[in-house]
Amino acid sequence: MYTLGIDIGSTTSKCVILKDGKDIVATSLIIGGMGTPGPTDALTQVFEKSGGLTKDDMAMTVATGYGRTRYEGADLDMSELSCHAMGAHHVFPTVRTIIDIGGQDAKLISLDERGRMKNFLMNDKCAAGTGRFLDVMANILQLDVNDLGAVAAQADNPASISSTCTVFAESEVISQLANGVTTPNLVAGICASVSSRVAALAKRIGPTPDICMSGGVAQNDGVRSAMEKALDTKILVSPMAQLFGALGAAYYAFEKAPK
Amino acid sequence: MAEEIKKHRPPPDPNSASYKLNQIAAKAYTDAMEAKERGELVGWCASNFPVEIPETLGIPVVYPENQAAGIAARGGGVRMCEVSEGDGYSNDICAYARISLAYAKVKDAPEQNMPQPDFMLCCNNICNCMIKWYENLAKELNIPMILIDIPLNPDYEVSDAQVAYTKAQFLKAIRKLENITGKKWDWDKYKKVQEISGRSSRAWLEATAQAKYEPSPFNGFDLLNHMAVMVTARGKEEAADAMETLLKEYKQNHEEGKSTFRGEEKYRIMFEGIACWPWLRATSTGLKNRGINMVTTIYADAFGFVYKDFDDMCRVYCQVPNAINLEKARDKRIKLCKDNHVEGLLIHNNRSCKLWSSFMNEMGRQIGEACNIPVAHFDGDQADARNFSEAQYDTRVQGLMEIMEANKEAK
Repeated sequence: MYTLGIDIGSTTSKCVILKDGKDIVATSLIIGGMGTPGPTDALTQVFEKSGGLTKDDMAMTVATGYGRTRYEGADLDMSELSCHAMGAHHVFPTVRTIIDIGGQDAKLISLDERGRMKNFLMNDKCAAGTGRFLDVMANILQLDVNDLGAVAAQADNPASISSTCTVFAESEVISQLANGVTTPNLVAGICASVSSRVAALAKRIGPTPDICMSGGVAQNDGVRSAMEKALDTKILVSPMAQLFGALGAAYYAFEKAPK
Repeated sequence: MAEEIKKHRPPPDPNSASYKLNQIAAKAYTDAMEAKERGELVGWCASNFPVEIPETLGIPVVYPENQAAGIAARGGGVRMCEVSEGDGYSNDICAYARISLAYAKVKDAPEQNMPQPDFMLCCNNICNCMIKWYENLAKELNIPMILIDIPLNPDYEVSDAQVAYTKAQFLKAIRKLENITGKKWDWDKYKKVQEISGRSSRAWLEATAQAKYEPSPFNGFDLLNHMAVMVTARGKEEAADAMETLLKEYKQNHEEGKSTFRGEEKYRIMFEGIACWPWLRATSTGLKNRGINMVTTIYADAFGFVYKDFDDMCRVYCQVPNAINLEKARDKRIKLCKDNHVEGLLIHNNRSCKLWSSFMNEMGRQIGEACNIPVAHFDGDQADARNFSEAQYDTRVQGLMEIMEANKEAK
């Protein structure tokens, strides 16, 4: 039995096809989220990579992410909270806390030994501490957001970014650049700024180890290492981190498909 | 040209509680308008000011908080907030205050008009921001303001000293109002008002407590509409009658297996915080579509006042939900959760209300632990539509529902 999970986020679209609720057959990840051709392109790509499977071969499709209710091809939609929990559980069965930093929000999810979400916290109305904050900062520094981690690793004296507001932080970074602060030190400061906001959220939920990161920002070593420092614990990261939502959706599709 | 087909709605039953309650709420404004036209002095009154005082004196009052909620629910909140912000008021202050300050300036809001004030009746047991809001109005309009100071009580119980402090202020407020309006206080009439207010409150609290049944005989969002009468008219005979009708209807619903909650009640939650009035439909639909009934909220019970005499009334006004410490506030909510078999807690982090929002992270955590229920928070505002994101709300509600679903499956 094949099942499909599609995660339509605010900035990216991801798909995972599972066989019998165990084996990953194909994945796709496309830049472009809800309201863009991204979801269609992600579906096209995942079927192309699947070795000839089509939508008709899917016993069930579960959609998740901010665009979950807009995708008409889904049999069911579930929150990305539950799907990230289930996806992370299948990659790291010992994980009990997930830090998910997505394009426009940050989530702390506690889960049980079966991968079921027990509780969660999300950021408040401000988008500071999310992936969008990093996008804006990378843009000012004329860097690719995917390179921020490597650049931060070169820092010898990380800068302090005190502003919470993304717009004010942008001015602060420009000002510090003008004052001669090096790019690596600024990037390390930016990563620390994101991690400190999310770590505060993590402390509220009471982070139980093992802890892992999911979402696109998980690939940013600068944020991850700053987070490890802030929480004084090791944080697990998988190359699949950005696909956890789609993976969890595919697992839920298998669980809920008529057998 | 296609013929327009309109849905036929049966006329409302004039004997139903909702008809009576809607009539009373609307009449409160028309009565005050007519009084003003007759040349009577009209007050603007805080929602937790002892309504028994103006009611006994026969002084018409209207409630800026209710008016602001009505304006916001009908889509005029942002327009009014922007008037105040244009006058220099920060968008960080309460949106009810911004709407009210704007209304005193523009003197017209098609969503809900009411007469301009001749005096202000303020009581800070509901909110401290209100003191400055009312002071500003009093100064700008050059009218008297009566302030009853009931500060947040850091202790669990109300002390006799606090009751004495409050009673002295109540008595002084009565004397001031006699001087302002020329009307005279009558203790016999007060006893009658107290009796009626008690009848209204007992019926209201018993009606909200019918949520103990599964399924609940009502949709909790009904309470948010009906409570307007408890705020403004609980000392009036017709209010007591309507509340007793409401109780009777809820009891009858339970006996007949009916509910005003449409659809199957799959999950039961407590809603914390003032309603997100500009987004009432979005917030209620997001729950209803998932079979989630908001069966209880302390916001509704806050306006039920039961007491035996004047001193006891003073004590009751010292322990309204916004004037009590975290531990007492938490315990009241835990009781509501347990009495009403609540399976989840949805907290409105209301950007207009600093006190409640600041409390909520910690109080939510403690309630969740004590009741072993999941807790979800969403950001919003009681009257400023700009402080809410429907997509963010929807994700949180769905996440909450998925935990409640998993908990049911695990049982």
